[in-house]
Amino acid sequence: MRLGSPELALLVLALPFVSFLALALIRPLRRSGRPAALVSILAMAGALGAAAALTWQAIPVARDVNPSVLWSWLPADGGPMASVGVWVDGMAMQMCVLVTLISLLVQIYSWSYLADEPPASLGRYYAYHSLFAFSMLGLVLSPGFLQMFVFWELVGLCSYLLIGYWYDRPSAARAAVKAFWITKLGDLGFVAGIVMLWAATGTFDFWPLFQAAQAGTLQVDGLATIMFLIYLGAVGKSAQFPLHIWLPDAMEGPTPVSALIHAATMVTAGVYMVARAYPLFALVPSVLMLIAWVGAFTALLAATMACVERDIKRVLAYSTVSQLGYMMAANGAGAPGAAFQHLTTHGVFKALLFLGAGIVIHHFHTNDVFRMGGLFRQRPWVGGAFLVATLALAGVWPLPGFFSKEAVLGAVLDAHLSVPFLMLIATSFLTAFYMFRVVFLTFFGHAHAEHHEHPAPPIAMDAVCRALAVLTLALGLRAALTGHHAEGPAWLPWISLAWAGAGIVLAWTVYQARAVDPARLSAALAPIDILARRRYFLDAIFAGAYRFLLLGFSQVIGWVDRYVVDGVLNALSAGALRAGDTLRRLQTGRAQDYVYGVALGVLLLLVWAQLG
Amino acid sequence: MRPPYLSLITWMPFVGALLIMFTARRSPLAVRLIGVVTTGISAALSLYLYVTYDREAALTETGFQFYERVALVPPLGINYELGVDGISLLMVLLTSIIIFAGVFASWTIATRSQEFYALLLALVTGVYGVFVSLDLFVFFLFYELAVLPMYLLIGIWGSSGEIRPRGIFAWAYRETGVGTKEYAAMKLTLYLLFGSAFILVGIFALYVAAGTASFSFLDLSSATFDPMLQRWVFLAFYVGFGILAGIWPLHTWSPDGHASAPTAVSMLHAGVLMKLGAYGVVRLGMGLLPDGAADLAWLVGGIACINVVYGALSAMAQRDLKYVIAYSSVSHMGLVMLGAATLTEAGLNGSVFQMFAHGVMTGLFFALVGLVYEKAHSREIFRMGGFGRVMPGIATAFTVGGLSSIGLPGTSGFVAEILTFMGAWRSEFRWWLVPAVVGTFLTAVYILRVAKQIFWGPPSPHFHHLEDARGPEWVALVILVGVLVVFGFVPGLALAPVDTATVPLLSRILEP
Repeated sequence: MRLGSPELALLVLALPFVSFLALALIRPLRRSGRPAALVSILAMAGALGAAAALTWQAIPVARDVNPSVLWSWLPADGGPMASVGVWVDGMAMQMCVLVTLISLLVQIYSWSYLADEPPASLGRYYAYHSLFAFSMLGLVLSPGFLQMFVFWELVGLCSYLLIGYWYDRPSAARAAVKAFWITKLGDLGFVAGIVMLWAATGTFDFWPLFQAAQAGTLQVDGLATIMFLIYLGAVGKSAQFPLHIWLPDAMEGPTPVSALIHAATMVTAGVYMVARAYPLFALVPSVLMLIAWVGAFTALLAATMACVERDIKRVLAYSTVSQLGYMMAANGAGAPGAAFQHLTTHGVFKALLFLGAGIVIHHFHTNDVFRMGGLFRQRPWVGGAFLVATLALAGVWPLPGFFSKEAVLGAVLDAHLSVPFLMLIATSFLTAFYMFRVVFLTFFGHAHAEHHEHPAPPIAMDAVCRALAVLTLALGLRAALTGHHAEGPAWLPWISLAWAGAGIVLAWTVYQARAVDPARLSAALAPIDILARRRYFLDAIFAGAYRFLLLGFSQVIGWVDRYVVDGVLNALSAGALRAGDTLRRLQTGRAQDYVYGVALGVLLLLVWAQLG
Repeated sequence: MRPPYLSLITWMPFVGALLIMFTARRSPLAVRLIGVVTTGISAALSLYLYVTYDREAALTETGFQFYERVALVPPLGINYELGVDGISLLMVLLTSIIIFAGVFASWTIATRSQEFYALLLALVTGVYGVFVSLDLFVFFLFYELAVLPMYLLIGIWGSSGEIRPRGIFAWAYRETGVGTKEYAAMKLTLYLLFGSAFILVGIFALYVAAGTASFSFLDLSSATFDPMLQRWVFLAFYVGFGILAGIWPLHTWSPDGHASAPTAVSMLHAGVLMKLGAYGVVRLGMGLLPDGAADLAWLVGGIACINVVYGALSAMAQRDLKYVIAYSSVSHMGLVMLGAATLTEAGLNGSVFQMFAHGVMTGLFFALVGLVYEKAHSREIFRMGGFGRVMPGIATAFTVGGLSSIGLPGTSGFVAEILTFMGAWRSEFRWWLVPAVVGTFLTAVYILRVAKQIFWGPPSPHFHHLEDARGPEWVALVILVGVLVVFGFVPGLALAPVDTATVPLLSRILEP
């Protein structure tokens, strides 16, 4: 294990936070647009520098050294109930580098991408970005579950704000709220789980929990339930079935935001959390098994949906869901290292894919892949970068996706999860197919008519894509040269390469050579095709549950409250008014009536006295 | 000799009310300035007390500091006796924040502003008095002072809505005039007076049973009462104060009252007076009747769970913005009572923290709703849309308030909720965690739905010439948003003093 210095880690955290505070509180700065963006970008660059320095400085230490530094957060009698601080080990440091790097590149890219936005909105955009980076870094450096949950929710908030950045578009507003609600559904499990874990052990902190778990002294009743609930948080955040439905809709945000959410922040949080808390998950094999199955199933399901999607960003979104499935499957197979490796490599090339797609959309002014074509000849650099990322995603040697995917598959096979393994292998075929479908339709084939002269993409966007492409290649070559070998049988790489190749060939036959009509292909697979196009009706089920169950039930309760609970009260008060009204009639004002009354009373008294 | 800080804080607004009535005739600006200065003095002093509160001493000695005592009616044991511990100190601070912001938020009141401010300030004296008095007789006097001016404030400066008579009780709706401001004022006042009758009975029962001829909280808390009596008196306090805290099914005064009340009154009522109910249950119910509290915790917590879920669902069903906020108070007061009923350190701390957090948050909400109403002249949620573009400041403040309501980390609401959850799962009734957690999801649904409808999306065609908050209104918003965020990031600011009061309180309940 390697450790870094907590001071540097705090600096990594502080820079984006200060930038956020500056943009949020200093109104003229925020409304100035470009200067605000510059502040945010510089802070991010500083954070990247600090994160790199942190990794550089890391000192190898023995396993039994506590990597966390804590301060009291919720004071209580006899020591704090919860603490905050930083936890800097190898995984956290790598993740910090990834998050700061991707955030920085995305922010630079946005500088050009959103050049036409009004200055005030741009300032708001960069303020959200700074908060987003701060939240994700805080999550990564969390030394305990409570702090992780705090930043976990803040990450959710930032993606809500950024997805809804164009808030006057109804679709963006809907998508933002949907993302918040669906992830919140999973977070209910998370918060309940950590509260139950606290009640059983008296701490939220990872270090004592992990120590006890590894020593076998963690005695918690219902640990499986607790870890399952905590895992639910990851289901929402990392878009696992059946809570994956928010992620494709999240495309309503600006494209750089999608790149950020899909590559480095937000969705990776769930995978990171499970990998981080792995010592606890390791104690409950049943939950691990579930994680692996759900992960593999998610991977396959999302891949089928990606195959029929026409919107380039949504194809990429489903591919993210699918890859998150791989990562979770690795977690469930007991290989958090493989999951984390796939997370980092995927982060780099997925950012590249999205940012490349941004240029593509910029060029064609449409998201529909069937209305694009022939871009490679006009923009060879963009096409080359996109192709590198696509090959990486398809898992082709020697790109980084190949190695990390091998590691995942090997781990799943090692854990004797044969059905999930088959699902993942099938997914790698589909991945190659749908990605090359996009590549052939967009970059090759015929350039569509009605072509105007398009200016070249702004230099910032171009440079960011090239940098990411170079980084992807470098990561792959490093892995290839260092002879990085995943455990697993020797036939495994060949099988998965063969499947990927088959996917590419199929995509080429259908969409490039046009040897097979796509309509006939989909007719041959009609049931799956229809289900995939309808997104397996999951969106409809959730929408129906919300509209008819939740809102309907609330209407009933609202009616009951207004007309029954309050009705009884009003009936009582109206009854009192009526009773008063009736009794008032006794006061007729005529003396005879009162005399009769007195006489009646006297008579009754006499009778009573006689009886008594 | 130390100045009588608590008396100064308490009576300063009353002095302001008198000054307004006698000196500021025909000068609206002077009325407001007097309001700002007197509540400002109270706020500054309560902040000073908050900072100088001695936590070490609170743990070792009785816990009540800044003690004052003047004999009023010695033969009956009635004294003017003031003092604060960690809980009441936080409540005093909350009151100061809300009223100081409230004075700014109602800056634009046009009709009879002199009387309005005078009544408002008199009411605040009552609220302060309840939180600081240690003599139950004086406590009760202040309590009535805090409740009664509401009648006039709502009846005169309130606004009416329309509620259609339906269902089997429709006849009653026609006869009582449901929906009008007079109805709301009457309902609220009668309901709360009904509750205070229970409180009075409870106080006298304890006075007689203790036999010390003293109304002092300190004397009564050292007396021991028969468990049976404790149970009954606790029940009386629970019902009496619970009405003010909005417990189900005695909560229906709150939506109507808060929806009809003018801005500053809604702020003060939902923000502080409902807390006063919860405070009463904690201070008198749990503080004086440990056995009764332990025996009836199941009832308090069970009803609180209903409050949380039922209030949230009712809020979701509303179409009127003020009703949404009012029902959200019912839901959140459920969390306050739930935290207290867990009888755990985390839960009770969470409960007190929730009183504070929800007070500030709902104060902010009512201030915002008041501003939106003043500019759009409508409270119909589904007619509004796209206000975010024309009133970004109000939209931002609403979002922060909403996030606190959802319990999003970084805001005070989160601290309160997580502590309540922690307490719930450690309590005798673990399943309380479920409605509490479900409630946060329902809150997320209705708050974000409302925020999306009002502030997001394309601009609504029904409204023109809307504008953002102005001058004095900003003061209110900035104070409230700032407090929500600061206490959310550094909860120790509140928890450290609160803990010195809750731990001894619980130890009396849990140790036989």
